[in-house]
Amino acid sequence: MADFTSGFWNIWIIVLTVLGIVGCGLLLWQQSTWKVKKGEQPVAGSTTGHVWDEDLTELNNPLPRWWMWLFYLTIFFSVGYLVVYPGLGNFAGTFGWQSTGEHDQDVKEANAKYGPLFDGFMKQDLKAVAADPQAHAIGERLFLTYCAQCHGSDARGNKGFPNLTDDDWLHGGAPETIKETIMKGRHGVMPSMAAAVGTDKDVDNVANYVLSLSESTHDPIKAELGKAKFGACMACHGAGGKGNQAIGAPNLSDKIWLYGGSIDTIKETINKGRDNTMPAFGEFLGEPKVHVLAAYVWSLSNRPSNATAK
Amino acid sequence: MEEAVMTPRQDKQGKQDKDAEPAGGSGPRQGKDEYAVIRMYEAREQIYPREIKGRYASLRWLCVFLTQLVFYGMPWINWNGRQAVLFDLAARKFYLFGLVLWPQDFIWLAALLIICAFGLFLFTAVAGRVWCGYACPQTVYTEIFMWIERRIEGARSARMRLDRQPWSFEKLWRKSAKHLAWGALALWTGLSFVGYFSPMRELLPELAAFAFGPWELFWILFYALATYGNAGWMREQVCKYMCPYARFQSAMFDRDSLIITYDGARGEPRMPQAKAARLGAGAPAGDCIDCTLCVQVCPTGIDIREGLQYMCIGCAACVDACDSVMDKIKRPRGLIRYSTENAVEQGLPASAIRRRLLRPRILIYTAILGAVAALFAGSLWVRTPVKLDVIRDRGSMGREVEDGIIENVYRLQIINTDERGHRYRITATGIAGLAVAPADAIDIAATQTLSVPVRVRAPHGAGESGSNKIRFELRDEEDPTLRVSEKAVFIVPRP
Repeated sequence: MADFTSGFWNIWIIVLTVLGIVGCGLLLWQQSTWKVKKGEQPVAGSTTGHVWDEDLTELNNPLPRWWMWLFYLTIFFSVGYLVVYPGLGNFAGTFGWQSTGEHDQDVKEANAKYGPLFDGFMKQDLKAVAADPQAHAIGERLFLTYCAQCHGSDARGNKGFPNLTDDDWLHGGAPETIKETIMKGRHGVMPSMAAAVGTDKDVDNVANYVLSLSESTHDPIKAELGKAKFGACMACHGAGGKGNQAIGAPNLSDKIWLYGGSIDTIKETINKGRDNTMPAFGEFLGEPKVHVLAAYVWSLSNRPSNATAK
Repeated sequence: MEEAVMTPRQDKQGKQDKDAEPAGGSGPRQGKDEYAVIRMYEAREQIYPREIKGRYASLRWLCVFLTQLVFYGMPWINWNGRQAVLFDLAARKFYLFGLVLWPQDFIWLAALLIICAFGLFLFTAVAGRVWCGYACPQTVYTEIFMWIERRIEGARSARMRLDRQPWSFEKLWRKSAKHLAWGALALWTGLSFVGYFSPMRELLPELAAFAFGPWELFWILFYALATYGNAGWMREQVCKYMCPYARFQSAMFDRDSLIITYDGARGEPRMPQAKAARLGAGAPAGDCIDCTLCVQVCPTGIDIREGLQYMCIGCAACVDACDSVMDKIKRPRGLIRYSTENAVEQGLPASAIRRRLLRPRILIYTAILGAVAALFAGSLWVRTPVKLDVIRDRGSMGREVEDGIIENVYRLQIINTDERGHRYRITATGIAGLAVAPADAIDIAATQTLSVPVRVRAPHGAGESGSNKIRFELRDEEDPTLRVSEKAVFIVPRP
């Protein structure tokens, strides 16, 4: 509850609040009766004798007394409220209520309600969960909430964000691997290879060779020249450019590109490198939800044997 | 008795010296004996309205029966195997016979409130506070509670006597019986009220076992206490001090609105018949015999003979009372009657009052009320039980897939507000050859909400580079007239 820059403001708020309440009470008490000269004592229906703006007079129509008691009641209520709830500067109130506490309470209730459901899925193998229609529906909603921003609502990814519906995986497509990816996140780095490859011409040649690996449109002469320079890339991408899922190096021999398959994009990748992060969701979502989510993602590219056809 | 809104200017006030004004409590110290104290809050004077029978009293009782038949009876009517009228707050669905309203249909509540407001404007401009006098729950429940009170404590004079006399066994049992009866009725009213939000037929077994949910119990008691307090204890004070409508209806009157009027020209000078007889013929005796019945029957305790006052709720009890007296003394009815300010001042006949109904204010209110009501009914009539929202994926603008096909991703939020399932076909139009994948038809269960990711594909070369306007349409497979469409944007990446 350290909200104030100095202790002064704490006192400031308390004094203002207390003065306000006391002031209201004094005003009410002082205004509930008027003194008038004996001779001008008004009767009901006449005016109180006060005149404003030359001709604005106040009718003497007394309010019922319960109305006054209601005013006092509001004052007593505010005093009681400030005792039990926060309001007086730093004073937390005897109930110890906090909005965060209310949120925590809501989370606790939600966990008590949905926890058993997720725990039931936790006990099952990921592939079994993938085959469960209810888990699939939950997984889809979780995906649309937490994953769709990057991977798209249809999970087909965007530039720089992998497509999750194909069979091409940077780190491996086994359900457990997917779960690990979601739990711990991934960090895929390709350093700039411009220096290792050589001149701009060399980079152009290597890029053409990379395109030749997947039999995409390329210049065969340049590709032949670049083949020798590809040695610098083999450490990660392997001899045939097949990639390495252990370190998240993409397969260069298929037609699936994370950043696009044009010659310019590949040259940019070689020159500048790439740095890609998938955040970790384990702590944020908790393992049970990730479990359901991983099963859902895996089912996007694998027809679970006994899953109901969508 | 207090005066109405205006106060007569008093000459002495013009001459008053500001310095002579005693400032409240902090004036110059003077001897105590020179000052008197005005209390700004005073105890309420108990009002004992006398029972009255007559045309308008019968009309009021008719309104009491009609409104309460609806209020107490509605939760018991079933429809399609559920309660006909149920406001299910937990599920956020309002059931009204065949209609199921969702939170998205809130606009109709706004329209309903506009209709209620203009209805009030119109009725008030035409006939003054008829709502207050005949249909307002405060009036209706006060009427019922006073009926109970009369049955147990007796008529006006008996009730006054009972209140004045010291506590005795008779006073104790009468007062206890009255409050018990009031309490029972109030509790039943509270139960009926909660029956609109929580199924009535499930409430009764809960009542038998006294196993209400905490909120159910709270609202039953709250509504019961409000009914008991307002109709039993507060009564006219609700209208005089609390109700905002009572106050701003005064601003909706004009000089041609029907109000309760006392015909002073005919009634004054008022005098008892004996006195008039003593003075003999030719004496200027008015028709008013000063029997004060009109004051005794008034539920707000005013004297209508002093003119229109803000406390008058237009219940016409004084009209009934005066008419019965006029009948007895063989004078024409209508000394106190519904009339207008202009009619009283200018002596207009009833036909003129009717003719003045067609004044601009009334016509405009009627036109607006009619228009809003027609819109309300018409839009409810053509309402489709399916709602569609299109949300574009913001992560990707548009992507090129194999063969130069352009693909955009959308999320369709589909709400089926119907109480049965449907199969809807999804189509997209706006660019030649648009195709929806992976599913171009979806099954949606009764009252289900779905979020369906769809990809829309445009053939290579179709559409403009940049954004294209397209429309999604859902159409029921069995009933092609049941459809809904929503606009969206399809983006073709620049080459």
